[in-house]
Amino acid sequence: MGWKNYMGMLVLFLMVAAAPLIIRNDYYLGVLVFAALNCLACIGLCLLMGYAGQISLGHAAFIGIGAYASGYMTVRLGLSPWTAMAAGIFLSAGVALIVGIPALRLKGHYLAMATLGFGSILHIVAVAAIDITGGPGGLNNIPAISLFGIALNTDTRFFYFSWAIVLIGLYFGFNLIHSRVGRGLRALHGSEDAAGSLGINTASYKIQIFVLSSVYASISGSLYAYYINYIDPGPFSVMHSVLLVTMVAVGGLHKIWGAVFGAVLLTLLPEFLSSFSEYFQVIGIEYKPDYDTLIYGLILLIIMLFLPEGLFGGFGDAIHALQGKMKRLREARE
Amino acid sequence: MNTGGGFSDFLQFIFMGLQRGSIYALVAMGFNIIYNSTGLINFAQGEFVVLGGLMMVTLTMTLSLPMPVAFVITVLFVMIMGILMERLTINPVKSPSVMRLIIITIAVSIIIKGLAMIFWGKESHFMRHFSSEETFEIFGATILPQTLWIIGILVLVVICFILFFNYTMTGKSMRACAINRDAARLTGINDRNMVMLSFALSAGIGAIAGIIITPIIQMDYARGALLGLKGFGAAVVGGLGNSLGAVVAGILLGVIEALGGGYISSHYMDAMALLIMLVVLFIRPSGIFGSVEASRLKEF
Repeated sequence: MGWKNYMGMLVLFLMVAAAPLIIRNDYYLGVLVFAALNCLACIGLCLLMGYAGQISLGHAAFIGIGAYASGYMTVRLGLSPWTAMAAGIFLSAGVALIVGIPALRLKGHYLAMATLGFGSILHIVAVAAIDITGGPGGLNNIPAISLFGIALNTDTRFFYFSWAIVLIGLYFGFNLIHSRVGRGLRALHGSEDAAGSLGINTASYKIQIFVLSSVYASISGSLYAYYINYIDPGPFSVMHSVLLVTMVAVGGLHKIWGAVFGAVLLTLLPEFLSSFSEYFQVIGIEYKPDYDTLIYGLILLIIMLFLPEGLFGGFGDAIHALQGKMKRLREARE
Repeated sequence: MNTGGGFSDFLQFIFMGLQRGSIYALVAMGFNIIYNSTGLINFAQGEFVVLGGLMMVTLTMTLSLPMPVAFVITVLFVMIMGILMERLTINPVKSPSVMRLIIITIAVSIIIKGLAMIFWGKESHFMRHFSSEETFEIFGATILPQTLWIIGILVLVVICFILFFNYTMTGKSMRACAINRDAARLTGINDRNMVMLSFALSAGIGAIAGIIITPIIQMDYARGALLGLKGFGAAVVGGLGNSLGAVVAGILLGVIEALGGGYISSHYMDAMALLIMLVVLFIRPSGIFGSVEASRLKEF
């Protein structure tokens, strides 16, 4: 999977290991846990969008399936958190299979709208099926998950746990894209017809990736439920699906690292902006959480207009260009 | 709700369905205008409806302008927003991929939503009806005069639409662009202006939908996504690009939704139109009224 990716994962590992030693504030650790959960969902979405070339505007629905499966099975059925999470994964994968087989025959706009419709329907169900989901009131008292007998009920413990899962997810993702399936997917992205003529079963590949990305989202949802210990339909709306797409697109569609970068950046951004706003209050500018939506939209638009490969991709391109220039300079000197 | 028995209930639901369906039909027509001239689905279509509704609220309720004046100003305002969207975000993109265009229109929809939240706040806005708010009865069903306004304006818009696209030079030029852009350009039609015009018209129709529905649903900034999605559902069921099919499909979806909400479950009312959209997308993506060949031509 390439030494660069190993190095990247090592750097990420060291940063994660050091973070709680530097950030001695539970609130900021909590924000970083959300960053990890978004990362996980975005890695899956990036595999789907960047590598299989299929858009999904309904990914928050899979996060919701994971979260509600975990919530319902632990609170109402008394199952252990791990069993409930596994059940959530199977449920998500099953739903992804049922929706994916007809949906992935669609292309471009049709697929985008179909997944958007699917996401909206599940959100409506989450609000309306009060017996199962608790409706708008949600589900309370979801237990914390434990690992090797240690309950992960503090911010620091959950921080390490969630980022460990992100690292595993990354490792798995990198292995996938450097395998036969990954190369097939890249061919698929380039030209579906050409890939098909080379004997790549394009339909099957697309569905496999769709199911896999739903599993990433489902795990992210389960972890969310075990971290917050409470769920309601709010965070699983269509707007969250759009936000996930924004994170992947801002980071860079065609690079998994871009998804990680985009997820962390956009999760932290509102925090940055509101803490910076203290300095601007003197001149009468106050940042309110209400501006988040507008800021996300503007960032997404600017990236898509001027840096379609995303911040991470654009950064990589810039380094590439610089390297090329240096090489040419050196050659010219010789 | 009227308790006058089975038939009057049924009639009540039908009128409610016509009212909702008229809005879906207008939104679907907006989708089709842009789709026909660019092959693009504008994910910000629902936001035009919200802008129209909220602007109308400000003009009539806060500034107390007379209804017809406010109506014209609102439609012009939203049309200008449509033109701005096309000039600033669609026109400058060279060699666009479908995914990039989808994300761009999504970004525009988030921006409009964010701006609407800042200018109009998060609460829903009350607006007075076009004429009297006193209901009258038809066979035991209680009807608001606003419902008749909605249906009447839909009919008027459809008539204008047919006249424009069949009997004016500009309308015919837009149709020519939809059929074959290169050939249209060879005959001297400025295709870039046609694209801009299609955004303006589409925004205008969206604004009209927003204006006429606001007295009944009380508009708020977050309604755009669902209205847009259901309007797209109508456009798909009617066959994407087929505007008269969209009108019929929109009415149909509205009526099915109202009947389903009345007889099956009001909690799942919003899901019904979407479910029909998914089923049609999965089984017959060319729509009920669309021809399979036409949809193949415009495939992505």
